[in-house]
Amino acid sequence: MKHSFQKLDVLALVATLALLPGVSAAARAWILPSQTIIANSGGWVAFDTASADDLFSVNQGALPLDQLVITTPDGSAVEPQNAAKGRSRSIFDLELRKTGTYRVALAGDTVMARWEEEGKPKRWRGTPAEMAQNIPANAAKLEVEQMQRRIETYVTVGTPSEVKPVGAGLELVPLTHPNDLYAGESAKLKFLLDGRPAKDLEIEIVAGGTRYRDAPNETRVKTDKDGVVTVTWPAAGLYWVDASVEDEKATVPNVKKRRATYNATLEVLTQ
Amino acid sequence: MIRKLFVVLALPLMCAGTVSAADLTLNVEIPSLPVAEYHKPYVAIWVEGADQAIAANLAVWYQVRGDHTKWLPDLRQWWRRGGRDLKVPVDGLTGATRPVGQHLLKFDAKQAPLAQLKPGQYSLVVEAVREIGGREAVRIPFEWPIKAATQASAKGSKELGAVALSLNP
Repeated sequence: MKHSFQKLDVLALVATLALLPGVSAAARAWILPSQTIIANSGGWVAFDTASADDLFSVNQGALPLDQLVITTPDGSAVEPQNAAKGRSRSIFDLELRKTGTYRVALAGDTVMARWEEEGKPKRWRGTPAEMAQNIPANAAKLEVEQMQRRIETYVTVGTPSEVKPVGAGLELVPLTHPNDLYAGESAKLKFLLDGRPAKDLEIEIVAGGTRYRDAPNETRVKTDKDGVVTVTWPAAGLYWVDASVEDEKATVPNVKKRRATYNATLEVLTQ
Repeated sequence: MIRKLFVVLALPLMCAGTVSAADLTLNVEIPSLPVAEYHKPYVAIWVEGADQAIAANLAVWYQVRGDHTKWLPDLRQWWRRGGRDLKVPVDGLTGATRPVGQHLLKFDAKQAPLAQLKPGQYSLVVEAVREIGGREAVRIPFEWPIKAATQASAKGSKELGAVALSLNP
């Protein structure tokens, strides 16, 4: 997210900061699974979610869980258990009742608006459906932006199953299965924007454990015409994937500006 | 009459003799380790194809008593290459963990699981992982079918000792 700072104007940045108490706009958002490969159904996986630049240290702000969507291997949704929001992290448990791949995502689609009323700045943030009753029809100097956000990780019980695209916002369609990543091997990751290949998209990949090294060591790669990047994992460990798009293709009526972000936490094992 | 009977008896015996001659014999050493807390390792032994997929599973040793299959993914290579597609226990394949020492395994080339192997280049893989210990895999390449008596070996550096493969046509 850092590299796109200059694209945001200062006003938008201030507004973002003001609307997300305790969470700075620059902080990296992630969901950290306690394990990603499980032998049998019937087991449990614990998750920490936070908005913290140090990967994966719980030292900044918690991410709320109201946008949590867990997709089971057959495509149905399942509720988390023992969900709680702390100061610096939110936690939840997932009971794995099926064999295959679970997608755990914090997926948000919100609208941010700024305008002036009698010379005073006003702002509002909410779902696209609530927009009409919260923004005055004759609002002066109205600026509206759609924010699509998707923060993900994956967990597999037994044999991995296909991860199907959602078709909205920015998302990852892993051509190499996200629970089949090994040091020294390469993986193909495909990115979609609104269900279509996101070409020329810059992807940033950062290894976890940033607190224990001096250099950030981030990798930046660009997707090809099919929205695909090939990544060779230098070492086993946890990796954070970051991508964002700013365009004028908002999917909400009467809104032009759109910002779509995608983050994933991936685990790479030794061969 | 006696001669006739002899021929009838001898024919199947001779056939059986040629069938059981070709075999793959393995000697796997689980080394003694000077550690404070020792647990017998989980071990997977399989034949790997040129595409690195499992061509034949030969043996999987894990703690059978109690529900300890949750640690099978720690046999990381075996798990990803096909262990995860199996429903354990499997008759003739899975068994209890083995103690320190030499373990002899013999497989008939004309019977499952080797009978299904197509001619080509393969590797014998032995992978071991130990609770609060390490993980190690050793590979011995070989050609199939067996054309001549062949001996090959590999040596683990920590979790596995000597692994000797003997192919008899």
